[in-house]
This record gives sequence, structure tokens and C-alpha cells, in this order.
Amino acid sequence: MADKKTIMLGNEAIARGAFEAGVKLSSAYPGTPSTEISEYLAKYEEVYTEWAPNEKVAAEVAIGASISGVRSLACMKHVGLNVASDPLYTFSYTGVNGGSVFVVADDPGLASSQNEQDTRMIARAAHVPVLEPSDSQEAKDFVKLGYELSEKYDTPVILRTTTKLAHSQSSVELCDRVEVSDKEYARNVAKYVMMPASAIGRHLVVEEREARLAEDAATLSANKMEINDTKIGFITCGIAYQYVKEVCPNASVLKLGLVNPISKKLVADFVNQVETVYVFEELEPVIEEQVRAWGFDVKGKECFTRQGEYSANMLRRVLFGADEAVFDKLEAPNRPPILCPGCPHRSVFSVLNKLKIHASGDIGCYTLGAVAPLGVIDTTICMGASISALHGMEKARGKEYIKNWVAVIGDSTFLHTGINSLINMVYNKSTGTVMILDNRTTGMTGHQDHAATGKTLKGEETYAIDLAALCKAVGVQNVIEVNAFDVVTLEKIIKESVASDTLTVIITKAPCVLLKGQKFPNKCEADADACKKCGMCLKIGCPAITKRPDGKISIDATMCNGCGLCKSYCKFNAIKTVER
Amino acid sequence: MTKNIMIVGVGGQGTLLTSRIIGKTAMELGYDVKISEVHGMAQRGGSVVTFVRFGEKVNEPVVEEGQADVIIAFERLEALRYSHFLKKDGVLVVNDCRIDPMTVVIGAKDYPENIIENLSEKHSVYTIDGQKIALELGNSKVLNSVVLGYAAGFIGFDKDIWLKVVEATVPAKTIEINKKAFTYGYEAQH
Repeated sequence: MADKKTIMLGNEAIARGAFEAGVKLSSAYPGTPSTEISEYLAKYEEVYTEWAPNEKVAAEVAIGASISGVRSLACMKHVGLNVASDPLYTFSYTGVNGGSVFVVADDPGLASSQNEQDTRMIARAAHVPVLEPSDSQEAKDFVKLGYELSEKYDTPVILRTTTKLAHSQSSVELCDRVEVSDKEYARNVAKYVMMPASAIGRHLVVEEREARLAEDAATLSANKMEINDTKIGFITCGIAYQYVKEVCPNASVLKLGLVNPISKKLVADFVNQVETVYVFEELEPVIEEQVRAWGFDVKGKECFTRQGEYSANMLRRVLFGADEAVFDKLEAPNRPPILCPGCPHRSVFSVLNKLKIHASGDIGCYTLGAVAPLGVIDTTICMGASISALHGMEKARGKEYIKNWVAVIGDSTFLHTGINSLINMVYNKSTGTVMILDNRTTGMTGHQDHAATGKTLKGEETYAIDLAALCKAVGVQNVIEVNAFDVVTLEKIIKESVASDTLTVIITKAPCVLLKGQKFPNKCEADADACKKCGMCLKIGCPAITKRPDGKISIDATMCNGCGLCKSYCKFNAIKTVER
Repeated sequence: MTKNIMIVGVGGQGTLLTSRIIGKTAMELGYDVKISEVHGMAQRGGSVVTFVRFGEKVNEPVVEEGQADVIIAFERLEALRYSHFLKKDGVLVVNDCRIDPMTVVIGAKDYPENIIENLSEKHSVYTIDGQKIALELGNSKVLNSVVLGYAAGFIGFDKDIWLKVVEATVPAKTIEINKKAFTYGYEAQH
């Protein structure tokens, strides 16, 4: 296996790095662009891997493993670190026993996220070192370096990636796994019990550690200084480095692999040799502000935006006033992502739309219910917020105010943090309606199992949490389960529960249509003779249904998944189901 | 000299697999290769773009405006949307099909007329009805192989190396039909 060269996705290389570093445990909650790390790592028998219900749990599992003396990993997306920041801040104080790395994937450009936050800001606040790779080879190498630094400096280490790095493939040299022997555990209250008397001492340790690492960073292999043309130079990190090399192959570059803490000595050496220095970093001016605070004259965010992904053309425009484009961008109607044909969420939303009910929304595929023609989702904030926000509305404005509102949340998101919010509704006597759209998977991130699916990340059978029983157990009196595609029953139940003064949980059940083995046996066909051009079926926003030039509808046989929702809304029997 | 390929289409059309086959083929021949993909939200029927770059040494993983040697578009509107990524003498290979985006379905926008004719005024455009050929071959899912075979001539490499990588990449049960589909596309162009 050793010294074999292959091509790997950034996320696959991270998994490989963890494997080679002798990691024994990994815990994670899916989140784009971090999800595949766990899926690749699960293929290695030597590593225990799991899906946790949320990132806070995942982080704490990794912390426990570290304290017990093994190398551990936790993976999450940037907003997942918000959930896991409580353990992270204090893990920084306790330090590790076995090395521990948290992979945190930022999403500049918002390919699939609700904000563009920069993980380096949280890491600075928590005084945790951050490594940032710029291709798949470095992704693998930096994971291994992360474990060395973690154990040498007694600290958790964050490996920060971004969407481009996570989802790009480049070549990687494979090495063998190094089996790391488990560290002895010794009871150490001053180190692992963070009550005030011991934490006050650990705070001093944290500061001393960070200063020492900043000092040592001057000779760290992950930081590279390339002195070429000294007229122009860049301080950069991560994927942004690649754009610099693309546009200015002869410029001088200080490429920081360790982006927190930053080596002041390296920066000084670089700035003193180069005439004009740009700090080129995606998102926040984290490096720039420190460099400026040290009194060095550099250019940064006055030239380059805080928003979105960077590119070589963007750098060309700033430096040379023009990019490489030859042709003008042509006008083309947008093609936003949509719910798939056969998606059970569409059925639920079609009823809410018909009843003119507002939905306090959550994070998942169902966020797509915000756009036309369904347009029922009014709010999306963060995981679990649908339920708590509905509760807030009721307590602020009274129970009559939410008679045309429901909360909408997926099964995986409900188990992530929605359950806490539901407990709050029960405890504080809410009367609202919560809809759990139970499609038996974590859909948006690409079908990961969770605590209610009956399967582990490793594919083993396990206990499947009964969502209805769980809701009843926390005190919800009225829990109703209904087939998501039974629009008649669904309409009746929703009408009754929003009108009533009893807290109700409606669990709409139908598996994600993309799950293996969940295809409907039939497909739908339009009968042009019977079609009266009323447009009712177009209101459900199914991509398989289009209007022909004559105003009648047609259904694309290759796209239709046969759910029959359009048929339920056709008053003229112009849609029939036929065998596929 | 780095070669820049873009594959554009609609989420679910299998553009990801196509980019991986191109990348693997280039790697087989000893090139430095980078591939960039779109995951997550964009898979849900949205506009999807992937990039393959290969050469002696490749830095950035994406192709930018004005740089594409070849764009393989699996749908007409997507060909239009990304045509400005072509370099001056770049080639646009289009699978001649129409998939209406939701903005068109609900009547908020019109699907542009005469896309191919208009693009042909400025660019070298080659079209193929991949869906029709795939159905004739007996499996609509081999659309990607038909289109890739058709585009392969503009990318370069020997047919045998392509077929070897197709064989190593597609699911075992579909090797034969995918190779047949690739060959059909390849010969249609040559």
C-alpha cells in the first residue's frame, strides 16, 4: 500500500490522513462540505466511526476518547462548530491525552449553508491551533501533522477546510497506517475537571502554549516562504494559495499552513524582503488584522472582498484591471435547486400552501419550500430553530397569532436539536403545531443514517428511535402520524390542530424518494384530451410536469417518480398512473 | 499547457461521473489532474458544473471565464449559461435536450429560443441527441457515456484508454452497455 499515488477528493484525503495517523475513533454529524470524511473513514475497519445526533455530542465523544488515551477525530461544517463550541472552548483548557483533531469545513460562497462564517475567528477566541491545507495531499499531511501538534502542545487542533478543498480531487501519495499505542490514563483533577480553581490555572497554560506555538511556527514545515520576485508578494493560505500561483507564478509567497497562531517572525522576514505585500485570504481578514496590528504595511480587504469564493480571475481584475474572459455572459433563466420529483415534502407543502399557512422552517431539503410556487417556508435560521421560533411567536403575540402557523422540521434535524425545543414547548405550555417531516434519512447532505433509521454509519443494524413515542414521552399529548402523500387526511389534521389549543406533533411519513428501494411502482402520464389547462398540477412545482405550447401539460417519463401527487390535485382525471 | 474541461448540466444528470472518467483518463496518461465538483444543495435539480484540469502541473482546481478548451453541456440552457467560460477557440459540445427550470415551469421566465443557432455564431458548437441514442441502446442511463464518447475526440487521448477507464469506473453490471454507448458517441464524432 505504501507510496502508492492516487487521486482523491479533499474529504477522502482527510479520512486517509486520519487512518494513517492511527486514529481509533471518529464522531460526526453530516454537514456539507464535511460529510464525506466520515463516509470514507467508515470504510477502514481499524477506525470506529459514528454519526452523532449533533456536533456537540460528536465533539464530546472525541474528547472522551482523547482523555482515555487514543487519537480521536470529530468532523463538522462551520455552523456545526457553533453547536460544538461549548465543548471546544473548554477542551482548549484541558488539553488532550491522545491527540485530537476537529475538522471544520467552511463554506465561502454558500454552496449549501445559511451563513459564511469563518472558523478561524472561533479558533482564535478559543485559542486552538488551526491548520489549513491547499490541496488533497496537504489535507492528508496536515491531519497527521495535526495529531503531532496536538500531542506535542497538549491541545486540540482544528483542520479548517473550505468547500473547494473538500470537493476537489487532486493527487495524493498513500502511506501505511501507523498504529499508535494508547496513552496511559492518569486521574488529573487539575487538568480534566474544569471547576474554577483548576480552570484558572489552565487558562495560564493555554496562553503559554499559544505563545510557544507561535514562536515555534517560524520553523514549522507547514509554513512555506517562497522568495522570488521581491516587488510583489502575497501572504495567503488554503485554496487561495492556488489562485496566487495561477496568476503570479513568479511572485514571492508566504503560505501559512498554520493559520492560528501566526508566526510574527515569518511575517516580519517576508514583509521586510518584499516591496508590496497583499494578504489574500477568503472570508474574514484574520491574518490581515494581526499583521496590521504588528505594524506592517500590507494591502488586504480594501482590495479583496469578505464575501464568496475567491478565484484567479478575481485576483487578475484587482492586479491588472482585467481578467481572462473573452465572451460576455449571456442572459439565461435561473435554475435554482428544487425538491425532487416524488419528494414527500412537496406533498406536505402543497397542503400548507392550499391552507395559506406559514411555516417556521428549519435546515434541510425542506428549506426549498420557501421558493415559488410552494412558498410556505417563512423562516430558516439554524438547526432546531423552527420549533423554538414558533414558541417565541406564540409567547410574544398570544396563541391566536399562530393559528395560521406551523413549525416544519426533518427527522434528522429534530433529533439534532429540535427535541430540546419541543421540550420547551411542553414545559412552557405552548399550543402550536409542529410537523416532523419524517423521510427516514438525512436528505440534503446525501442520505446519512441517524438515530431513528435503525442503521449505524458502519451499516450495522441498531435500535431505531420511535419519533412518536419520543414526543409522547416528553409530554406531547397529541401526536398524529400520517402518510405524507395522503393529502386529504393531511389537510384535515392540519386544519384541526392549528385551530385547537393543544400542542400537536404531526409526523408525516414517507421515505425520501432517492433512498434505495423506495421507488414508486408506477409513473404518471398526462391525458391530453382530458386536460382542461387549469394549471392546478403546476402549482405543486414538480420538475417533471411542464406546460406544452398548447397550454396542456405533459409529464416527463424519465423524471417522474410516480408519487401521484399531481393526480390528487387534478379535478378532471387527466393524469393517470401507469406501470413503469 | 494545461487543458481545461467543464461539464455542465442539471443536478441528477450524472455530470460528476463524467468528470471523474475524464480525470482518471488524464491521470492514467501521467498528467497532473485536478477535478472540482459540486455537492449538496446543487444536486437537487439545480444547475451543476464540474471542472477537470490536466497538464504538467495544475494549481487551481476550477476553470474560469475565458479558459475552457471544451465545455460538455448536458442541456441547452446550461450551454448558454456557461458559454462565456470558453476560450477564444474553445469547443462547445451540447447534448441537445431541454429541461425547463422551475422559473420557466411557473411562467416567470421564458426558455430561450434558438440557443444552438445563436451560440454557433460565436463558437464551434457540436450537438448530439444523447437521450435518443441511449434509449435506442436500451438504457437511458448511459446518456453520459454517449455524450462523453462524442466529446472525447475534442479532449484527445486514444479510444482504448478511454474505454479502459470507463470499464474501471462504471458499475460492473453496466460495463458492456456503457462501453457500447461510449463507442457509439465516439464514432458519431469521428
